[in-house]
Amino acid sequence: MHINMKIATKYIAVLGMLVGLVSCQNNSSRNYQYMPNMYESVGYEAYQESDAFGNGVEAQLPAEGSIPRGDFMPFEIENTNEGFLYAKENLKSPLDSTQVDYEKGGPLFAIYCGICHGNKGDGKGKLVQREKILGVPRYDDAGRAITEGGIYHTIYYGKNTMGSYANQLNEEERWQVVAYVEKLKADLEK
Amino acid sequence: MKKSYQSLEDNPNYNMKQVIYCSLTSKMSRLCLFLLLTFSTSLMAQEGDPVNGKSLFNSNCAACHKLDAPMTGPALRNVETRLSDDEGLDRVWLSSWIRNSSALVKSGDAYANKVYNEHNGTQMTPFPQLSDQDISDILAYTAAPKPEPVVVEKTAGDGQAAQQGGVSNDLILGALALLFALLAMALVIVNRTLNRFAEVKGISVVTEKEKRTPLWKAFAQNQFLVLVTTIVFLLASGYFVYGYLMQVGVDQGYEPVQPIHYSHRIHAGDNGIDCKYCHSSARVSKTSGIPSLNVCMNCHKSISEVAPETLAEGNEYGVDYNSEIQKLYEAVGWDGTGYTGESKPVKWIRIHNLPDFAYFNHSQHVSVGGIECQTCHGPVEEMEVMYQNAPLTMGWCINCHRETNVKVKDNEYYTKIHEQLSKKYGVDQLTVAQMGGLECGKCHY
Repeated sequence: MHINMKIATKYIAVLGMLVGLVSCQNNSSRNYQYMPNMYESVGYEAYQESDAFGNGVEAQLPAEGSIPRGDFMPFEIENTNEGFLYAKENLKSPLDSTQVDYEKGGPLFAIYCGICHGNKGDGKGKLVQREKILGVPRYDDAGRAITEGGIYHTIYYGKNTMGSYANQLNEEERWQVVAYVEKLKADLEK
Repeated sequence: MKKSYQSLEDNPNYNMKQVIYCSLTSKMSRLCLFLLLTFSTSLMAQEGDPVNGKSLFNSNCAACHKLDAPMTGPALRNVETRLSDDEGLDRVWLSSWIRNSSALVKSGDAYANKVYNEHNGTQMTPFPQLSDQDISDILAYTAAPKPEPVVVEKTAGDGQAAQQGGVSNDLILGALALLFALLAMALVIVNRTLNRFAEVKGISVVTEKEKRTPLWKAFAQNQFLVLVTTIVFLLASGYFVYGYLMQVGVDQGYEPVQPIHYSHRIHAGDNGIDCKYCHSSARVSKTSGIPSLNVCMNCHKSISEVAPETLAEGNEYGVDYNSEIQKLYEAVGWDGTGYTGESKPVKWIRIHNLPDFAYFNHSQHVSVGGIECQTCHGPVEEMEVMYQNAPLTMGWCINCHRETNVKVKDNEYYTKIHEQLSKKYGVDQLTVAQMGGLECGKCHY
């Protein structure tokens, strides 16, 4: 009998070692590296922590008043109701008919707007259908009577529950989306 | 339709559309109108259909109003009774406010101006298209009592159901364990009884083992066997050592615990939000950015709690999604109605990280190449917890560059060079590798 016990203990030991080897794999921490100083960046990586700045992160906002390179016009209309009404009346798209490209605006609209406003602009996007977000108007809503300036102001600053999309779309992309929204509005009104 | 609105605006006291088309004499029409008005207000207050009201409320009002909490506009539960009790304002006032609040504000109405100023001069969108019936439906919906006990019971029931499922699983496992224990015991007992039988019958169990040479000695004496075993052992250990060394620095399957439990399964899978909605910089820059919290707030300004069924799903993963949304609010400094200005960064843990000596550009792959995010990141829309799907090794990159055809169509600028290259390699479709995608300097410099 006791010989059997010995063999059994041996098997258990081997089994224990195997289990130990397998359980060494821990997915919640990173693996070893051969030469970390070749892997890890000397310069700052995106979103890295850093003591160099007051708030402890590498990602900083541009200094106030800085202007991006390229064709840039500052947007000087204020984020107020008056600003919105002013934009609605007066702001016009800098894109002429040759520059408007629904091939550009359409996919951007599908990414950023269609999820709530619906890919046809009827206010029935997937989030609305699933009743996650409510009260999304149709683009042909008579009470709102949207115009290109108003659409741009709304994309830039957001309105009511809608947030600002100024950081996801650049100036030209915003105007392309505005043009696409106007197309959807015209389609809805048909 | 338009005509009737105009007429309504001309006579703000008239509530019924039909009146306008009355072709009776003026006296009769006035009497008729009076009767209709008295009837309509008393009847319609009860006639409102809360079901239709809910759909109207959801499509028109819910952008800015919740029933029980202030949003862009005030909470609207029992708004009609509250207005008439506290301010003495009736349905007529409410209707004119709903149809055109700014006109009411401009007319100098005291309470209208008060509400307007209380909400920082945010103008309510006019709804001239809502009929009297629509408005009474909506008000009937807002007058419905708060249905909270139903919701609580439902979640509790779901939780119980989930727990019951767990219990039954445990039961099955326990029963299996018991069965195995019984079997083992039965074997031991059978062995013992057989031994006893043998003893009784006088048959001695053969124990000649001592006479044989021990197994290890026999093994050591057989040189051929030793040689073969050594070779096999060396090869096997070489295999494992190689395997171990090759996975050093590879983080495939890395699945850290993030400071906020963000479920890609819910956002990208169930709700179908495009990857680029949040990771917008993947379109235009080297890094596919971690979205700043204002992107979360685009939706979570109005979604402060998940649906009961989503909450029940969270139980399966041991997560309370509502408390995770509260973590977001704390980090971004949102008190339910506005930003407090006290924000703190969320320390997300980076999962996909190439070594410093390798260059990778997202926009080049996403926008130019038109590669799906899932090609490298795996089925993110099914991941409750995000993990690294691909090994991100050089061999993995190279392999894809060898296999992937470049979309050269409609790229007029390069048409000539593409044609020349195709001719040179004698192929119809150029792979990335054939266009120089294996040059060292492409990724290492």
